[in-house]
Amino acid sequence: MAGLTDLTAEQAIAALRAREISSVDLTEAHLARAEADDWHAFLAVDRDGALARAREIDAMPERPPLAGVPIGIKDALSTRDLVTTSGSKILEGFRPVYTATCVDRLERAGAVVIGKTNMDEFAMGSSTENSAYGPTLNPWDRTRVPGGSSGGSAACVAARQVPWSLGSDTGGSIRQPAALCGIVGVKPTYGAISRYGLIAFASSLDQVGPFARTVRDASLLLGHMVGRDPMDATSLDWPDPIAVPDAERLDGVRVGVVEELMGEGVDPGVRDAVEAALRTVEDLGGTLVPVHLPHSRYALSTYYLIAPAEASANLARFDGIRYGHRTDHAENLLETYENTRAEGFGPEVKRRIMLGTFALSSGYYDAYYGQAQRVRTLISRDFEEVFSQVDVVASPTSPTVAFPLGARTADPLAMYLSDICTIPVSLAGLPSASIPCGVSDGMPVGLQLAGPALSENRLLATAHALETALAFDTRPPGLA
Amino acid sequence: MSDARWEAVIGIEIHAQLLTRTKMFCGCALSFGDDPNVHTCPVCLAHPGALPVTNREAVRLAIVAGHALGCEIAERSVFSRKNYFYPDLPKAYQISQYDEPVCLGGTFRYLTEDGERTVGITRAHLEEDAAKLIHTGGDGRRAGAESSVVDFNRGGTPLLEIVTEPDLRSGAEAAAFLKQLRQTLVQLGVTDGNMEQGSMRADANISVRPAGREAFGTKTELKNMNSFTFLERGITAEIARQIAVLEDGGTITQETLHYEPTPGEITSLRSKEEAHDYRYFPEPDLVPVVPDRAWVEEIRASLPELPIDRRERWMRDLGLTFEDAEVLSETAELAGYFEAVAAVAPPKSAANWVRGELRAQLRERGEEPWESEVTPAALGEIIAMAEAREISMPNAKAVLAEVVATGAAPREVVEAKGLGAISDETELIAIVDRLLAENAAQAQQLRDGRDKVVGFFVGQAMRATQGRADPARVGELVRERALGG
Repeated sequence: MAGLTDLTAEQAIAALRAREISSVDLTEAHLARAEADDWHAFLAVDRDGALARAREIDAMPERPPLAGVPIGIKDALSTRDLVTTSGSKILEGFRPVYTATCVDRLERAGAVVIGKTNMDEFAMGSSTENSAYGPTLNPWDRTRVPGGSSGGSAACVAARQVPWSLGSDTGGSIRQPAALCGIVGVKPTYGAISRYGLIAFASSLDQVGPFARTVRDASLLLGHMVGRDPMDATSLDWPDPIAVPDAERLDGVRVGVVEELMGEGVDPGVRDAVEAALRTVEDLGGTLVPVHLPHSRYALSTYYLIAPAEASANLARFDGIRYGHRTDHAENLLETYENTRAEGFGPEVKRRIMLGTFALSSGYYDAYYGQAQRVRTLISRDFEEVFSQVDVVASPTSPTVAFPLGARTADPLAMYLSDICTIPVSLAGLPSASIPCGVSDGMPVGLQLAGPALSENRLLATAHALETALAFDTRPPGLA
Repeated sequence: MSDARWEAVIGIEIHAQLLTRTKMFCGCALSFGDDPNVHTCPVCLAHPGALPVTNREAVRLAIVAGHALGCEIAERSVFSRKNYFYPDLPKAYQISQYDEPVCLGGTFRYLTEDGERTVGITRAHLEEDAAKLIHTGGDGRRAGAESSVVDFNRGGTPLLEIVTEPDLRSGAEAAAFLKQLRQTLVQLGVTDGNMEQGSMRADANISVRPAGREAFGTKTELKNMNSFTFLERGITAEIARQIAVLEDGGTITQETLHYEPTPGEITSLRSKEEAHDYRYFPEPDLVPVVPDRAWVEEIRASLPELPIDRRERWMRDLGLTFEDAEVLSETAELAGYFEAVAAVAPPKSAANWVRGELRAQLRERGEEPWESEVTPAALGEIIAMAEAREISMPNAKAVLAEVVATGAAPREVVEAKGLGAISDETELIAIVDRLLAENAAQAQQLRDGRDKVVGFFVGQAMRATQGRADPARVGELVRERALGG
């Protein structure tokens, strides 16, 4: 039998139900790996809390649906009494008074939170190198980044510190690290999961979603989080329950191949792996249709106006008055604000606050923020047009495999290009998944699939059928 | 101070706290006077990850107000973020409405002694109030304070901001308008309108221009007028200041001014150069307000009669004076009470009694008519008895006093105390004759033409009958009997 930390969540739940294993043993095994943490995936591990919860669940006469399976939570999600920093020095040591709705729903369903995972500060970044607490390393190659911003959540699943985890995705922050770490990541339709308790980066784009090593695990986790939350006005009533997919064929499924995302700027090795996966679509009975997203070429600039604009307001609450870091060097109110924020925020966060503040300023609003909103509408229309022809669209998740640590830190634009394939989907608010589809340069390659709003079930079924056929081994080479 | 060579142009911005149970964007209770920071939660303290959710009752009250202001209720309105750093604003942005407010383009009608007037309503929009800063040490103002602390109980209170067109021309007009606007909003249950506690606040935009010119002069914004008196005085003072500056050949600086009521001083808070760039943008955490049209109509249909419509009806149909109608419509309760009395007694008498004797008697007890022992039916009965001369006016007041004290039925009081008017003329004549005989000197004065002495005999007669005589009739009889009429 494989070790406890090699079990998928689904396998673990079955074993827990059958009382073959206990949640305490399962949790203990994962805690041990999380505490060893050769990749700095975790910012905090809650051994006592996790074991206490595992014991409670083991003592229940009937196990709750998630049965006491451990989970890692991105540090952008508020967890009561458990330090939550969003990767920023400005929230160092901050213990929230409440738990995010999605985490609360999972805990009620029997998930055991073992810790908080590393991330780019306030989810701004694509490599987790912008964390105020140091970078996370890629379990496939410790000299490379795990992607970001949810790099910790991706690495901990790849490194088998947990079978699954939660991340958040604003412009690709779940899908891109899932791709770079060779696992599954799902960003659901905007509004599918309550954002209450997700420390905001860009409110109109932020979505919580699962990381797992199988599409079935990701679907199971997603199913326990979706649905209307009275605390989030933008959350949606969820039409159909999320099914755990079992389809193995793709008969009748039309897959659009986004031409604009397959050409220039995509590494040949990545393109080869993605094209091979697309041939599998045809093997399974699906059809490939070339499609165009003509406005996707403007997506990156659109995103880098809207997201920083929203962030500039979202991050204004970190003023040193009520919680978090406060400067020791201030003679008056203005200096308190200025020095607290100067000391508390890292360079990328400051860069985006400046960008966003400028984009919203009097005299510039129409040319920047206003124009970006108009282009965003055009990008959404591109997708509507495409989805009148196909059921899902496919592209690489990231134009490259995981890059070496430090390779892009001096060049913000190069870093921003990491998300060129994921950002159009985010701007349109559509559901999207990344599944591992091959290897290039010894590193995993991700395939991005996206569908119309609320089409999660068909999207996940497609992803599952492909995943099964591709039979990708998610275990990083040499992982102990 | 009015000056025929200059014309003042005034627009008012009103902030009214809405009478909801909970805050604009979270479930915290609204309160006044509780311990600091007890009505707070992650949302109104702007903890990381907390989100606003629109209070539906606040939207309903905005629609109520919109109907009363003759506004169009927008099919879709949008919340925006107004960004600025201040310790009373924990998110560092206020959620307000900017280019798509809930109520658009209305007209508010109000009454003056010269008739009905109107003020254009530009818009009315929903927003959240800031928290309360308390400056300790010094005189309570920020300047000179030792420290400042924040009470977040008020933070997030729903506000309706109403903006008028520049249609007002004097401080007195502005005060009359605001008084009736307040009355309307209070009677519709939109706000409690308490200006001293700050649940209703008014700022004025003021400019002056040479009489007859169309173009506006440079305006200033005058803040901190927390009563009608201060509003009128503040505006009047600012108009005078602007005229004086212009007549000296100076120019008006666009600035925000603070009115300090005690010395009646106006001081500058900030000039236009220091004005904020609020970087408004649509609030992505909220969905647009798209009120169901049937609901909007249902709210319109269930609106009670507006105070101005009631006053005009009373003046037109009941023959009340402007002043009667003004006083009696002060509160919805008083208006309702008066209408109930007027239904069973002549309206003019009902108005006199409710305004006059009833309120005078109740004032000593600190009671309002509608909470008192005096039911409208009882007062109507007293009025009817007095009008039919079944009781004299002094005794009618005595009966009322008894009803005020005990709640007894008026007719029973009259019978139990023997207060019924003397209806037997021969009895009255006998009394008058006796008094004329007993007071020969005064009788002689009367016959010498000093008519004032009639009052002396009426007084004597009322005393002799313990008020049961009709004083007017006694007077007539005194003249008849003494002068042989």
